[in-house]
Amino acid sequence: MDLLTIIGNTLALILTLCIFSFLYKDNPFYKFAEHLVVGVSAGYFAVLIYFTGFIPKVWDPVTKKNEWWYILPAILGIMTWTRFLKKWSWISRFSIAFYMGIAVGVSMPLDMQGRVIRQLSATMLPVHLMNLQGIWNLLIVLGVLCGLVYFFFSLEHKGVVGGAASVGIWILMIGFGAGFGLTVMGRVSLLADRIQFMREWYLMVIKGVTGG
Amino acid sequence: MRIPHLLRLFFVSCIFLLVDFSLSVAQEDLSKSWFNLHRVNMLIFLVFFFAVIIYFIERAKRGKSLFIRRIAGLDAIEEAVGRATEMGKPVLFISGIEDVDQIQTVAAMIILGNVAKMVAGYDTPLLVPICQPFVVPVAEERVKEGYASAGKPEAYNRDNVRYISSEQFAYAAGVNGIMLRERPAANLMFGSFYAESLVMAETGFSTGAIQVAGTANIHQLPFFVVACDYTIIGEELFATSAYLSKEPKLLGSLKGSDLVKAIIIGFLTLGAVLETFGITHFTRWFFIE
Repeated sequence: MDLLTIIGNTLALILTLCIFSFLYKDNPFYKFAEHLVVGVSAGYFAVLIYFTGFIPKVWDPVTKKNEWWYILPAILGIMTWTRFLKKWSWISRFSIAFYMGIAVGVSMPLDMQGRVIRQLSATMLPVHLMNLQGIWNLLIVLGVLCGLVYFFFSLEHKGVVGGAASVGIWILMIGFGAGFGLTVMGRVSLLADRIQFMREWYLMVIKGVTGG
Repeated sequence: MRIPHLLRLFFVSCIFLLVDFSLSVAQEDLSKSWFNLHRVNMLIFLVFFFAVIIYFIERAKRGKSLFIRRIAGLDAIEEAVGRATEMGKPVLFISGIEDVDQIQTVAAMIILGNVAKMVAGYDTPLLVPICQPFVVPVAEERVKEGYASAGKPEAYNRDNVRYISSEQFAYAAGVNGIMLRERPAANLMFGSFYAESLVMAETGFSTGAIQVAGTANIHQLPFFVVACDYTIIGEELFATSAYLSKEPKLLGSLKGSDLVKAIIIGFLTLGAVLETFGITHFTRWFFIE
């Protein structure tokens, strides 16, 4: 193993321990790691956006392919910088409005398709009480209906509506519980991965010291 | 007769699509058409959805009263701000990690404006750490407007709306730092959150702050439910923004979406009954290629 990898892994280990020290309480080691990650990420993103955004999407098309219309979005981007000038800061609103308008317009049919119609189609299930699948389907249909009633804002949650909404929130909470357990398992696997990394570092150092 | 702009736009779009479709039919090549016949159901649904929402927006604009039930989390926001004021500590508002093109961030910005108005009235500092650069100007505007509408524009401090980092966990680390060092008494988390949700909510819990959170990201809701004092679930986030702002457009869209929900409940019941009897034509209508 080369020296650079050993130095890199040792630094990663020290920073991991700095972050883990937060489990005790806030301390200078954690503060150092926190400031480092915030600073490095800001710098990294600035460079990343320059090379993955500005160069391939503005500079190259304009200078190499004569696709001059790519200057227009670049102008919109530059307009956002007028935020720094108190007198001209209103100009930045045009860019924000354009960006939001386009984004909402694009996402609207996609969301309608993915989150409404497909879900609706997938929930129209045959319900039978004769077999297990039919009973599960019944639970799914009832669960979705009661969940929808919970998110009904035009009526007070009283009477039948209130009863259905209560069932709806119970169904949601059961779903949240299952989701919580699943994600915690995922996080534990991340922790296990980090501990494995520490163990490998230890073995690497022992090997380096003993020359084995 | 005066025709509304939206209706004009709709008619022009229909004519454009019709001409485009007719030309494609004439050329016997439908693949070139902008009109995708396989998605007519989507078109019908979208047109209906927009029509209902526009109808309710117009009603709200005309001053018709549109009832919306009180959401429990709303009282919690006021309670949290009140507590922070009593303790003389700041309020922390986290607007999620997604950009301003996401509807949840937009809803968070609307709530932020109202929170700014509330804190300005009490002279309580408001800290707003931001993850995405484009959200910064919007948040600045909202906070500035909030302070101005409370009659205290001079109390607005631009430095309190801070860009932290676009990287998810760097942002979470930065927010944790603010929670630990500036010790806000109230943490309000509204918007789109991902894996950083528990990291922030747990740190906020450890500092003893009162926490109110709201997101439509269902995978993160369990974490807010366990670590926060109040959680605004899913669509309640949008209802909260409509309720707080009393903006006719938001109230109208909320009422419109309620009607669409009622129709969906009807379709769902009908679809399930028909499927049970082996009639699948109705379900197939909702299938999208």
